[in-house]
Amino acid sequence: MLSVNKRAALLSVVLLIVALGAWEISVTRQVMGEALTEYEILMGVGQPRAAVPPPSDVIIKAWEQLSNPFYDNGPNDKGIGIQLAYSLYRVLSGFALAAALAIPLGFLIGMSPVAYKALNPFIQVLRPISPLAWMPLALFIIQDSEASAIFVIFICSVWPMLLNTAFGVAGVRSDWVNVARTHELGSLRTALTVILPAAAPTILTGMRISIGIAWLVIVAAEMLVGGTGIGYYVWNEWNNLDLTSVIFSILMIGLVGMVLDTIFATLQRAVTYAE
Amino acid sequence: MSKPFLSVERLSQTFPDGAGGMLTVFENASFGIEKGEFVCILGHSGCGKSTIMNVLAGLAEPSAGVVKMDGVAVSGPSLDRGVVFQNYSLLPWLSALKNVTFGIKARYRSWSREKVVEHATQYLAMVGLEGDVIHRKPSQLSGGMRQRVSIARAFANQPKLLLLDEPFGALDALTRGTIQEELLKIWSQTEQTVFMITHDIDEAILLADRILLMTNGPFARIAESVEITIPRPRRRTEIVEHPNYYAIRNHLVQFLGKRSKELAGRASGGESQSPEPVRIDLTAPNDDPEPAPQKPILHAVNG
Repeated sequence: MLSVNKRAALLSVVLLIVALGAWEISVTRQVMGEALTEYEILMGVGQPRAAVPPPSDVIIKAWEQLSNPFYDNGPNDKGIGIQLAYSLYRVLSGFALAAALAIPLGFLIGMSPVAYKALNPFIQVLRPISPLAWMPLALFIIQDSEASAIFVIFICSVWPMLLNTAFGVAGVRSDWVNVARTHELGSLRTALTVILPAAAPTILTGMRISIGIAWLVIVAAEMLVGGTGIGYYVWNEWNNLDLTSVIFSILMIGLVGMVLDTIFATLQRAVTYAE
Repeated sequence: MSKPFLSVERLSQTFPDGAGGMLTVFENASFGIEKGEFVCILGHSGCGKSTIMNVLAGLAEPSAGVVKMDGVAVSGPSLDRGVVFQNYSLLPWLSALKNVTFGIKARYRSWSREKVVEHATQYLAMVGLEGDVIHRKPSQLSGGMRQRVSIARAFANQPKLLLLDEPFGALDALTRGTIQEELLKIWSQTEQTVFMITHDIDEAILLADRILLMTNGPFARIAESVEITIPRPRRRTEIVEHPNYYAIRNHLVQFLGKRSKELAGRASGGESQSPEPVRIDLTAPNDDPEPAPQKPILHAVNG
Protein backbone atom coordinates (compact mmCIF):
# COMPACT_ATOMS: atom_id res chain seq x y z
CA MET A 1 0.00 0.00 0.00
CA LEU A 2 1.37 3.40 -0.96
CA SER A 3 1.62 6.23 1.54
CA VAL A 4 -0.99 8.98 1.57
CA ASN A 5 1.38 11.42 -0.14
CA LYS A 6 2.24 9.02 -2.92
CA ARG A 7 -1.40 8.18 -3.53
CA ALA A 8 -2.29 11.87 -3.60
CA ALA A 9 0.53 12.57 -6.10
CA LEU A 10 -0.65 9.72 -8.27
CA LEU A 11 -4.21 11.02 -8.20
CA SER A 12 -2.99 14.53 -9.13
CA VAL A 13 -1.16 13.16 -12.17
CA VAL A 14 -4.22 11.13 -13.22
CA LEU A 15 -6.48 14.18 -12.87
CA LEU A 16 -4.04 16.28 -14.92
CA ILE A 17 -3.88 13.70 -17.71
CA VAL A 18 -7.67 13.27 -17.77
CA ALA A 19 -8.27 17.05 -17.82
CA LEU A 20 -5.69 17.69 -20.56
CA GLY A 21 -7.00 14.75 -22.56
CA ALA A 22 -10.59 15.97 -22.34
CA TRP A 23 -9.45 19.44 -23.36
CA GLU A 24 -7.41 18.09 -26.29
CA ILE A 25 -10.33 15.99 -27.59
CA SER A 26 -13.01 18.64 -27.12
CA VAL A 27 -11.07 21.20 -29.16
CA THR A 28 -11.74 19.88 -32.65
CA ARG A 29 -8.95 20.53 -35.05
CA GLN A 30 -9.92 22.10 -38.30
CA VAL A 31 -8.94 19.71 -41.03
CA MET A 32 -8.46 21.02 -44.50
CA GLY A 33 -10.94 19.29 -46.75
CA GLU A 34 -10.67 18.76 -50.47
CA ALA A 35 -9.52 21.51 -52.70
CA LEU A 36 -11.72 24.56 -52.51
CA THR A 37 -13.37 26.23 -55.37
CA GLU A 38 -12.24 29.72 -56.27
CA TYR A 39 -15.54 31.07 -54.95
CA GLU A 40 -15.02 29.40 -51.59
CA ILE A 41 -11.51 30.79 -51.34
CA LEU A 42 -12.78 34.26 -52.11
CA MET A 43 -15.46 33.85 -49.40
CA GLY A 44 -12.76 32.99 -46.84
CA VAL A 45 -14.01 29.48 -46.16
CA GLY A 46 -10.48 28.09 -46.05
CA GLN A 47 -9.33 30.53 -43.33
CA PRO A 48 -8.95 28.86 -39.96
CA ARG A 49 -11.58 30.00 -37.50
CA ALA A 50 -10.29 31.35 -34.24
CA ALA A 51 -10.61 28.67 -31.58
CA VAL A 52 -9.33 27.77 -28.15
CA PRO A 53 -5.98 26.07 -28.76
CA PRO A 54 -5.44 22.51 -27.55
CA PRO A 55 -3.05 21.86 -24.64
CA SER A 56 -0.46 20.39 -26.94
CA ASP A 57 -0.09 23.81 -28.60
CA VAL A 58 0.21 25.46 -25.19
CA ILE A 59 2.93 23.00 -24.17
CA ILE A 60 4.85 23.68 -27.37
CA LYS A 61 4.47 27.42 -26.77
CA ALA A 62 5.65 27.05 -23.19
CA TRP A 63 8.69 25.14 -24.35
CA GLU A 64 9.56 27.85 -26.90
CA GLN A 65 9.05 30.66 -24.39
CA LEU A 66 10.77 29.04 -21.47
CA SER A 67 13.80 27.96 -23.48
CA ASN A 68 14.46 31.62 -24.29
CA PRO A 69 12.70 33.66 -21.60
CA PHE A 70 14.76 36.86 -21.77
CA TYR A 71 14.82 37.83 -25.46
CA ASP A 72 13.95 41.41 -26.31
CA ASN A 73 12.76 42.22 -29.84
CA GLY A 74 11.34 45.66 -29.12
CA PRO A 75 8.40 46.99 -27.07
CA ASN A 76 5.81 44.45 -28.23
CA ASP A 77 7.93 41.34 -28.25
CA LYS A 78 9.77 40.57 -25.04
CA GLY A 79 10.41 37.20 -23.43
CA ILE A 80 8.13 35.94 -20.63
CA GLY A 81 11.02 36.19 -18.15
CA ILE A 82 11.42 39.92 -18.81
CA GLN A 83 7.67 40.52 -18.46
CA LEU A 84 7.48 38.61 -15.18
CA ALA A 85 10.55 40.43 -13.90
CA TYR A 86 8.86 43.79 -14.54
CA SER A 87 5.73 42.65 -12.71
CA LEU A 88 7.72 41.28 -9.77
CA TYR A 89 9.73 44.47 -9.56
CA ARG A 90 6.49 46.53 -9.28
CA VAL A 91 4.89 44.14 -6.83
CA LEU A 92 7.93 43.92 -4.60
CA SER A 93 8.62 47.67 -4.54
CA GLY A 94 4.97 48.54 -3.82
CA PHE A 95 4.85 45.81 -1.21
CA ALA A 96 8.10 46.94 0.46
CA LEU A 97 6.85 50.53 0.67
CA ALA A 98 3.58 49.30 2.15
CA ALA A 99 5.41 47.16 4.73
CA ALA A 100 7.68 50.07 5.65
CA LEU A 101 4.60 52.15 6.48
CA ALA A 102 2.13 49.53 7.70
CA ILE A 103 4.28 47.68 10.23
CA PRO A 104 5.45 50.71 12.29
CA LEU A 105 2.00 52.29 12.04
CA GLY A 106 0.37 49.00 12.98
CA PHE A 107 2.63 48.87 16.06
CA LEU A 108 1.46 52.33 17.06
CA ILE A 109 -2.20 51.46 16.54
CA GLY A 110 -1.83 48.17 18.35
CA MET A 111 -0.11 49.70 21.36
CA SER A 112 -2.32 52.76 21.74
CA PRO A 113 -6.09 52.42 22.12
CA VAL A 114 -6.41 56.15 21.32
CA ALA A 115 -4.55 55.82 18.03
CA TYR A 116 -6.65 52.76 17.22
CA LYS A 117 -9.93 54.54 17.81
CA ALA A 118 -8.78 57.68 16.00
CA LEU A 119 -7.50 55.91 12.88
CA ASN A 120 -10.08 53.13 12.66
CA PRO A 121 -12.76 55.15 10.77
CA PHE A 122 -10.26 56.13 8.07
CA ILE A 123 -9.02 52.60 7.71
CA GLN A 124 -12.55 51.23 7.46
CA VAL A 125 -13.43 53.66 4.65
CA LEU A 126 -10.18 53.33 2.71
CA ARG A 127 -9.79 49.57 3.00
CA PRO A 128 -12.74 48.41 0.84
CA ILE A 129 -11.79 50.69 -2.09
CA SER A 130 -10.73 48.66 -5.12
CA PRO A 131 -7.07 49.52 -5.65
CA LEU A 132 -7.72 50.15 -9.36
CA ALA A 133 -10.11 52.95 -8.46
CA TRP A 134 -7.06 54.91 -7.31
CA MET A 135 -5.44 54.60 -10.73
CA PRO A 136 -6.82 57.77 -12.42
CA LEU A 137 -6.02 59.87 -9.37
CA ALA A 138 -2.56 58.33 -9.11
CA LEU A 139 -1.88 58.95 -12.81
CA PHE A 140 -2.96 62.56 -12.49
CA ILE A 141 -1.04 63.33 -9.31
CA ILE A 142 2.10 61.26 -9.92
CA GLN A 143 2.14 61.89 -13.69
CA ASP A 144 4.03 58.65 -14.23
CA SER A 145 2.46 55.35 -15.20
CA GLU A 146 5.28 53.28 -13.74
CA ALA A 147 5.04 54.95 -10.33
CA SER A 148 1.24 54.82 -10.48
CA ALA A 149 1.30 51.06 -10.88
CA ILE A 150 3.61 50.80 -7.86
CA PHE A 151 1.28 53.10 -5.94
CA VAL A 152 -1.68 50.84 -6.72
CA ILE A 153 0.26 47.86 -5.38
CA PHE A 154 1.20 49.89 -2.31
CA ILE A 155 -2.38 50.89 -1.57
CA CYS A 156 -3.76 47.37 -1.95
CA SER A 157 -1.11 45.66 0.18
CA VAL A 158 -1.00 48.21 2.97
CA TRP A 159 -4.32 47.29 4.62
CA PRO A 160 -3.92 43.62 5.49
CA MET A 161 -0.44 44.33 6.89
CA LEU A 162 -1.64 47.33 8.88
CA LEU A 163 -4.64 45.58 10.39
CA ASN A 164 -2.81 42.34 11.14
CA THR A 165 0.13 44.15 12.74
CA ALA A 166 -2.23 46.19 14.92
CA PHE A 167 -4.23 43.09 15.82
CA GLY A 168 -1.11 41.05 16.58
CA VAL A 169 0.47 43.78 18.69
CA ALA A 170 -2.73 44.47 20.64
CA GLY A 171 -3.11 40.75 21.33
CA VAL A 172 0.34 40.21 22.88
CA ARG A 173 -0.23 38.50 26.22
CA SER A 174 0.03 40.92 29.12
CA ASP A 175 2.21 38.36 30.97
CA TRP A 176 4.94 38.80 28.38
CA VAL A 177 4.68 42.56 28.55
CA ASN A 178 4.93 42.25 32.34
CA VAL A 179 8.09 40.19 31.92
CA ALA A 180 9.53 43.06 29.90
CA ARG A 181 8.39 45.56 32.54
CA THR A 182 9.87 43.65 35.46
CA HIS A 183 13.13 43.47 33.52
CA GLU A 184 13.13 47.25 33.07
CA LEU A 185 13.23 47.08 29.29
CA GLY A 186 12.69 50.39 27.50
CA SER A 187 9.92 50.88 24.93
CA LEU A 188 12.16 50.16 21.96
CA ARG A 189 13.70 47.04 23.48
CA THR A 190 10.27 45.82 24.58
CA ALA A 191 8.96 46.38 21.06
CA LEU A 192 11.87 44.55 19.42
CA THR A 193 12.55 41.72 21.86
CA VAL A 194 9.06 40.92 23.17
CA ILE A 195 6.24 42.41 21.11
CA LEU A 196 7.74 41.87 17.66
CA PRO A 197 8.48 38.15 18.13
CA ALA A 198 5.15 37.67 19.90
CA ALA A 199 3.19 39.35 17.08
CA ALA A 200 5.40 38.08 14.24
CA PRO A 201 3.12 35.16 13.20
CA THR A 202 0.12 37.49 12.89
CA ILE A 203 2.18 40.12 11.05
CA LEU A 204 3.48 37.49 8.63
CA THR A 205 -0.09 36.33 7.99
CA GLY A 206 -0.93 39.91 7.00
CA MET A 207 2.12 40.06 4.73
CA ARG A 208 1.13 36.78 3.09
CA ILE A 209 -2.40 38.07 2.41
CA SER A 210 -0.93 41.33 1.07
CA ILE A 211 1.49 39.72 -1.36
CA GLY A 212 -1.36 37.54 -2.66
CA ILE A 213 -3.58 40.55 -3.27
CA ALA A 214 -0.70 42.52 -4.81
CA TRP A 215 -0.07 39.72 -7.31
CA LEU A 216 -3.78 39.64 -8.20
CA VAL A 217 -3.88 43.41 -8.68
CA ILE A 218 -0.68 43.81 -10.70
CA VAL A 219 -2.17 41.97 -13.70
CA ALA A 220 -5.13 44.35 -13.89
CA ALA A 221 -2.94 47.39 -13.21
CA GLU A 222 -0.53 46.50 -16.01
CA MET A 223 -3.42 45.95 -18.41
CA LEU A 224 -4.28 49.59 -17.72
CA VAL A 225 -0.85 51.21 -17.71
CA GLY A 226 0.60 49.05 -20.47
CA GLY A 227 4.13 48.91 -21.75
CA THR A 228 5.63 46.04 -19.82
CA GLY A 229 4.73 43.36 -17.33
CA ILE A 230 2.79 40.13 -17.35
CA GLY A 231 -0.59 41.92 -17.30
CA TYR A 232 0.36 43.90 -20.36
CA TYR A 233 1.64 40.70 -21.97
CA VAL A 234 -1.73 38.96 -21.50
CA TRP A 235 -3.60 41.91 -22.99
CA ASN A 236 -1.15 42.30 -25.85
CA GLU A 237 -1.45 38.62 -26.81
CA TRP A 238 -5.25 38.98 -26.68
CA ASN A 239 -4.95 41.86 -29.14
CA ASN A 240 -2.74 39.62 -31.29
CA LEU A 241 -5.44 36.93 -30.98
CA ASP A 242 -2.69 34.58 -29.78
CA LEU A 243 -4.75 32.55 -27.34
CA THR A 244 -1.97 30.02 -26.90
CA SER A 245 0.21 32.73 -25.40
CA VAL A 246 -2.69 33.97 -23.28
CA ILE A 247 -3.23 30.53 -21.77
CA PHE A 248 0.50 30.08 -21.26
CA SER A 249 0.82 33.42 -19.45
CA ILE A 250 -2.22 32.62 -17.26
CA LEU A 251 -0.41 29.50 -16.13
CA MET A 252 2.76 31.49 -15.46
CA ILE A 253 0.81 34.00 -13.33
CA GLY A 254 -0.47 31.09 -11.26
CA LEU A 255 2.98 29.58 -10.87
CA VAL A 256 4.65 32.81 -9.79
CA GLY A 257 1.78 33.53 -7.37
CA MET A 258 2.27 30.10 -5.87
CA VAL A 259 6.01 30.70 -5.44
CA LEU A 260 5.39 34.06 -3.72
CA ASP A 261 2.87 32.46 -1.37
CA THR A 262 5.21 29.58 -0.60
CA ILE A 263 8.00 32.01 0.32
CA PHE A 264 5.76 33.82 2.81
CA ALA A 265 4.35 30.56 4.14
CA THR A 266 7.93 29.45 4.86
CA LEU A 267 8.71 32.74 6.62
CA GLN A 268 5.50 32.38 8.60
CA ARG A 269 6.44 28.89 9.74
CA ALA A 270 9.88 30.16 10.75
CA VAL A 271 8.46 32.74 13.20
CA THR A 272 5.52 30.69 14.49
CA TYR A 273 5.91 29.43 18.05
CA ALA A 274 3.91 26.96 20.09
CA GLU A 275 2.58 28.13 23.43
CA MET B 1 12.69 49.88 66.34
CA SER B 2 14.77 49.81 63.16
CA LYS B 3 13.00 49.57 59.88
CA PRO B 4 13.08 46.19 58.17
CA PHE B 5 14.56 45.68 54.71
CA LEU B 6 11.16 45.83 53.06
CA SER B 7 8.43 47.75 54.75
CA VAL B 8 4.88 48.04 53.55
CA GLU B 9 3.20 51.03 55.14
CA ARG B 10 -0.54 51.64 55.31
CA LEU B 11 -1.21 50.09 51.94
CA SER B 12 -4.79 50.38 50.67
CA GLN B 13 -6.39 49.22 47.47
CA THR B 14 -9.88 50.12 46.28
CA PHE B 15 -11.54 49.34 42.99
CA PRO B 16 -14.81 50.56 41.50
CA ASP B 17 -17.33 47.82 42.33
CA GLY B 18 -19.19 48.27 39.05
CA ALA B 19 -22.30 49.61 40.82
CA GLY B 20 -21.10 53.15 41.33
CA GLY B 21 -19.45 52.47 44.69
CA MET B 22 -15.95 51.53 45.70
CA LEU B 23 -14.81 48.10 46.80
CA THR B 24 -12.07 48.12 49.40
CA VAL B 25 -9.86 45.09 48.94
CA PHE B 26 -7.67 45.93 51.92
CA GLU B 27 -6.76 49.11 53.73
CA ASN B 28 -3.92 50.36 55.88
CA ALA B 29 -2.09 47.08 55.64
CA SER B 30 1.38 47.30 57.16
CA PHE B 31 4.07 44.65 57.45
CA GLY B 32 7.77 44.17 57.04
CA ILE B 33 10.20 41.61 55.68
CA GLU B 34 13.80 41.24 56.82
CA LYS B 35 16.70 40.70 54.48
CA GLY B 36 17.22 37.04 53.60
CA GLU B 37 13.85 36.09 55.00
CA PHE B 38 11.42 33.72 53.27
CA VAL B 39 7.87 34.92 53.87
CA CYS B 40 4.72 33.22 52.63
CA ILE B 41 1.30 34.81 52.55
CA LEU B 42 -1.72 32.54 52.98
CA GLY B 43 -5.33 33.44 52.41
CA HIS B 44 -8.46 32.54 50.52
CA SER B 45 -8.96 33.46 46.86
CA GLY B 46 -10.04 37.02 46.33
CA CYS B 47 -8.61 38.37 49.58
CA GLY B 48 -6.11 40.53 47.71
CA LYS B 49 -2.89 38.53 47.95
CA SER B 50 -2.20 38.98 44.27
CA THR B 51 -2.98 42.67 44.52
CA ILE B 52 -0.34 43.05 47.24
CA MET B 53 2.06 41.10 45.07
CA ASN B 54 1.39 43.32 42.05
CA VAL B 55 1.97 46.42 44.15
CA LEU B 56 5.26 45.01 45.46
CA ALA B 57 6.28 44.11 41.90
CA GLY B 58 5.41 47.61 40.74
CA LEU B 59 2.92 46.30 38.18
CA ALA B 60 0.01 47.99 39.96
CA GLU B 61 -0.33 51.26 41.82
CA PRO B 62 -1.88 51.13 45.29
CA SER B 63 -4.75 53.50 46.09
CA ALA B 64 -2.81 54.68 49.13
CA GLY B 65 0.28 53.78 51.10
CA VAL B 66 3.91 53.15 50.24
CA VAL B 67 6.29 50.27 49.87
CA LYS B 68 9.82 51.02 50.98
CA MET B 69 12.81 48.89 50.15
CA ASP B 70 16.05 49.73 51.96
CA GLY B 71 14.28 52.86 53.16
CA VAL B 72 13.47 54.10 49.65
CA ALA B 73 9.89 54.20 48.36
CA VAL B 74 9.52 52.06 45.27
CA SER B 75 7.42 52.88 42.25
CA GLY B 76 7.12 50.98 39.00
CA PRO B 77 8.68 47.64 38.14
CA SER B 78 12.37 47.17 38.73
CA LEU B 79 15.11 44.59 38.26
CA ASP B 80 15.60 44.74 42.03
CA ARG B 81 12.28 42.96 42.45
CA GLY B 82 12.15 39.74 40.45
CA VAL B 83 8.83 38.05 39.82
CA VAL B 84 7.92 34.41 39.18
CA PHE B 85 4.42 34.31 37.77
CA GLN B 86 1.95 31.49 38.32
CA ASN B 87 1.70 30.80 34.59
CA TYR B 88 5.51 30.79 34.20
CA SER B 89 5.45 33.68 31.69
CA LEU B 90 8.25 32.24 29.64
CA LEU B 91 8.68 33.70 26.18
CA PRO B 92 7.58 30.76 23.99
CA TRP B 93 9.75 31.65 21.01
CA LEU B 94 12.95 31.41 23.09
CA SER B 95 14.63 28.26 24.37
CA ALA B 96 14.87 27.64 28.12
CA LEU B 97 18.45 28.93 28.10
CA LYS B 98 17.55 32.03 26.08
CA ASN B 99 14.70 32.78 28.46
CA VAL B 100 17.21 32.91 31.31
CA THR B 101 19.82 34.87 29.35
CA PHE B 102 17.04 37.31 28.36
CA GLY B 103 16.78 38.28 32.02
CA ILE B 104 20.52 38.31 32.69
CA LYS B 105 21.20 40.50 29.65
CA ALA B 106 18.67 43.00 30.95
CA ARG B 107 20.24 42.95 34.42
CA TYR B 108 23.95 42.91 33.57
CA ARG B 109 24.24 44.79 30.31
CA SER B 110 28.03 44.94 30.33
CA TRP B 111 28.55 41.18 30.61
CA SER B 112 30.04 39.29 27.67
CA ARG B 113 27.96 36.66 25.86
CA GLU B 114 30.01 33.81 27.31
CA LYS B 115 29.60 35.10 30.84
CA VAL B 116 25.84 35.49 30.41
CA VAL B 117 25.48 31.95 29.05
CA GLU B 118 27.71 30.52 31.77
CA HIS B 119 25.71 32.29 34.50
CA ALA B 120 22.41 31.09 32.99
CA THR B 121 23.63 27.51 32.67
CA GLN B 122 24.75 27.56 36.29
CA TYR B 123 21.36 28.69 37.57
CA LEU B 124 19.49 26.24 35.33
CA ALA B 125 21.67 23.48 36.78
CA MET B 126 20.72 24.64 40.30
CA VAL B 127 17.08 23.81 39.55
CA GLY B 128 18.06 20.51 37.96
CA LEU B 129 17.98 21.46 34.28
CA GLU B 130 21.11 20.34 32.47
CA GLY B 131 22.17 19.08 29.07
CA ASP B 132 20.02 19.22 25.94
CA VAL B 133 16.88 20.14 27.88
CA ILE B 134 17.98 23.76 28.20
CA HIS B 135 17.90 24.20 24.43
CA ARG B 136 14.24 23.19 24.21
CA LYS B 137 11.40 25.64 23.72
CA PRO B 138 8.92 25.98 26.62
CA SER B 139 6.25 24.15 24.60
CA GLN B 140 8.54 21.11 24.58
CA LEU B 141 8.93 21.18 28.38
CA SER B 142 6.61 19.83 31.05
CA GLY B 143 4.83 22.24 33.39
CA GLY B 144 7.31 21.49 36.16
CA MET B 145 10.30 22.13 33.93
CA ARG B 146 8.80 25.40 32.72
CA GLN B 147 8.38 26.61 36.28
CA ARG B 148 11.98 25.58 37.00
CA VAL B 149 13.14 27.73 34.10
CA SER B 150 11.04 30.60 35.42
CA ILE B 151 12.58 30.21 38.89
CA ALA B 152 16.08 30.02 37.42
CA ARG B 153 15.40 33.20 35.43
CA ALA B 154 14.33 35.04 38.57
CA PHE B 155 17.20 33.81 40.79
CA ALA B 156 19.83 34.35 38.08
CA ASN B 157 19.04 38.05 38.16
CA GLN B 158 19.87 38.17 41.87
CA PRO B 159 17.13 40.65 42.71
CA LYS B 160 17.00 42.20 46.17
CA LEU B 161 13.51 40.84 46.60
CA LEU B 162 12.02 37.85 44.85
CA LEU B 163 8.25 37.68 44.46
CA LEU B 164 6.64 34.32 43.78
CA ASP B 165 2.97 34.38 42.80
CA GLU B 166 1.60 30.89 43.51
CA PRO B 167 4.48 29.39 41.57
CA PHE B 168 3.34 25.81 42.05
CA GLY B 169 -0.40 26.36 41.68
CA ALA B 170 -0.62 24.74 38.25
CA LEU B 171 1.55 21.72 39.05
CA ASP B 172 0.59 18.23 40.19
CA ALA B 173 1.37 17.30 43.79
CA LEU B 174 4.42 15.13 43.07
CA THR B 175 6.09 17.63 40.79
CA ARG B 176 5.28 20.35 43.28
CA GLY B 177 7.10 18.46 46.04
CA THR B 178 10.25 18.11 43.95
CA ILE B 179 10.32 21.73 42.88
CA GLN B 180 9.68 22.95 46.42
CA GLU B 181 12.90 21.21 47.41
CA GLU B 182 14.69 22.66 44.38
CA LEU B 183 13.47 26.07 45.48
CA LEU B 184 14.72 25.52 49.04
CA LYS B 185 18.08 24.41 47.69
CA ILE B 186 18.55 27.41 45.40
CA TRP B 187 17.25 29.75 48.10
CA SER B 188 19.69 28.44 50.72
CA GLN B 189 22.56 28.88 48.25
CA THR B 190 21.67 32.46 47.38
CA GLU B 191 20.26 33.92 50.62
CA GLN B 192 17.60 35.66 48.62
CA THR B 193 14.76 37.57 50.28
CA VAL B 194 11.56 35.88 49.12
CA PHE B 195 7.91 36.85 49.35
CA MET B 196 5.60 34.11 48.14
CA ILE B 197 1.86 33.71 47.69
CA THR B 198 0.47 30.25 48.22
CA HIS B 199 -2.77 28.37 48.89
CA ASP B 200 -1.01 25.38 50.28
CA ILE B 201 -0.49 25.20 54.08
CA ASP B 202 2.09 22.41 53.96
CA GLU B 203 4.03 24.20 51.27
CA ALA B 204 4.09 27.37 53.36
CA ILE B 205 5.32 25.51 56.48
CA LEU B 206 8.03 23.74 54.50
CA LEU B 207 9.36 26.87 52.85
CA ALA B 208 8.74 29.87 55.05
CA ASP B 209 10.46 31.53 57.98
CA ARG B 210 7.23 33.32 58.63
CA ILE B 211 3.68 33.03 57.33
CA LEU B 212 1.40 36.03 56.97
CA LEU B 213 -2.25 35.10 57.37
CA MET B 214 -4.80 37.13 55.51
CA THR B 215 -8.50 37.37 56.35
CA ASN B 216 -11.22 37.20 53.72
CA GLY B 217 -12.13 40.33 51.83
CA PRO B 218 -13.49 42.90 51.45
CA PHE B 219 -11.58 44.92 54.03
CA ALA B 220 -9.12 42.05 54.18
CA ARG B 221 -6.23 42.44 56.54
CA ILE B 222 -3.07 40.61 57.34
CA ALA B 223 -4.15 39.41 60.75
CA GLU B 224 -1.27 37.29 61.97
CA SER B 225 2.36 36.67 61.36
CA VAL B 226 3.17 33.10 62.34
CA GLU B 227 6.78 32.19 62.90
CA ILE B 228 7.74 28.73 61.69
CA THR B 229 9.75 27.31 64.57
CA ILE B 230 11.13 24.33 62.70
CA PRO B 231 14.89 24.36 62.17
CA ARG B 232 16.43 24.30 58.74
CA PRO B 233 17.45 22.52 56.61
CA ARG B 234 13.95 21.13 56.30
CA ARG B 235 12.88 18.11 54.32
CA ARG B 236 9.28 17.28 53.55
CA THR B 237 9.58 13.82 55.00
CA GLU B 238 11.21 15.00 58.22
CA ILE B 239 9.35 18.15 59.23
CA VAL B 240 6.10 16.24 59.79
CA GLU B 241 7.81 14.52 62.71
CA HIS B 242 8.83 17.75 64.37
CA PRO B 243 6.69 18.46 67.47
CA ASN B 244 5.87 21.96 66.28
CA TYR B 245 4.66 20.87 62.85
CA TYR B 246 1.10 19.88 63.73
CA ALA B 247 0.70 22.65 66.27
CA ILE B 248 1.52 25.22 63.62
CA ARG B 249 -0.49 23.40 61.01
CA ASN B 250 -3.57 23.23 63.24
CA HIS B 251 -3.26 26.91 63.99
CA LEU B 252 -3.15 27.73 60.26
CA VAL B 253 -6.03 25.40 59.43
CA GLN B 254 -8.14 26.91 62.21
CA PHE B 255 -7.38 30.39 60.93
CA LEU B 256 -8.18 29.67 57.30
CA GLY B 257 -11.20 27.52 58.17
CA LYS B 258 -12.83 29.74 60.78
CA ARG B 259 -11.16 32.89 61.90
CA SER B 260 -10.44 34.28 58.42
CA LYS B 261 -14.23 34.67 58.07
CA GLU B 262 -14.82 35.96 61.57
CA LEU B 263 -12.17 38.63 61.24
CA ALA B 264 -13.25 39.68 57.76
CA GLY B 265 -15.21 42.69 56.62
CA ARG B 266 -14.24 45.23 59.26
CA ALA B 267 -13.09 48.63 58.19
CA SER B 268 -9.86 49.71 59.81
CA GLY B 269 -11.25 53.05 60.98
CA GLY B 270 -8.10 54.76 59.83
CA GLU B 271 -5.82 52.66 62.04
CA SER B 272 -2.70 51.11 60.59
CA GLN B 273 -3.18 47.39 60.64
CA SER B 274 -0.17 45.28 61.40
CA PRO B 275 -0.22 41.53 61.77
CA GLU B 276 -0.15 40.18 65.30
CA PRO B 277 3.02 38.11 65.80
CA VAL B 278 2.39 34.47 66.73
CA ARG B 279 5.07 32.07 67.89
CA ILE B 280 4.25 28.43 68.49
CA ASP B 281 7.11 26.41 69.93
CA LEU B 282 6.40 23.24 71.88
CA THR B 283 10.11 22.58 72.26
CA ALA B 284 10.65 25.84 74.14
CA PRO B 285 11.81 25.53 77.80
CA ASN B 286 8.56 26.87 79.31
CA ASP B 287 6.69 24.22 77.28
CA ASP B 288 3.38 26.02 77.25
CA PRO B 289 0.72 23.53 76.15
CA GLU B 290 -1.48 26.32 74.80
CA PRO B 291 0.15 27.93 71.81
CA ALA B 292 0.36 31.50 72.96
CA PRO B 293 1.61 34.58 71.16
CA GLN B 294 5.05 35.49 72.35
CA LYS B 295 7.43 38.22 71.56
CA PRO B 296 8.56 37.49 68.00
CA ILE B 297 12.09 37.57 66.77
CA LEU B 298 10.94 39.38 63.70
CA HIS B 299 8.86 42.42 64.20
CA ALA B 300 5.98 43.59 62.16
CA VAL B 301 6.12 47.21 61.24
CA ASN B 302 3.80 49.78 62.60
CA GLY B 303 3.28 52.55 60.11
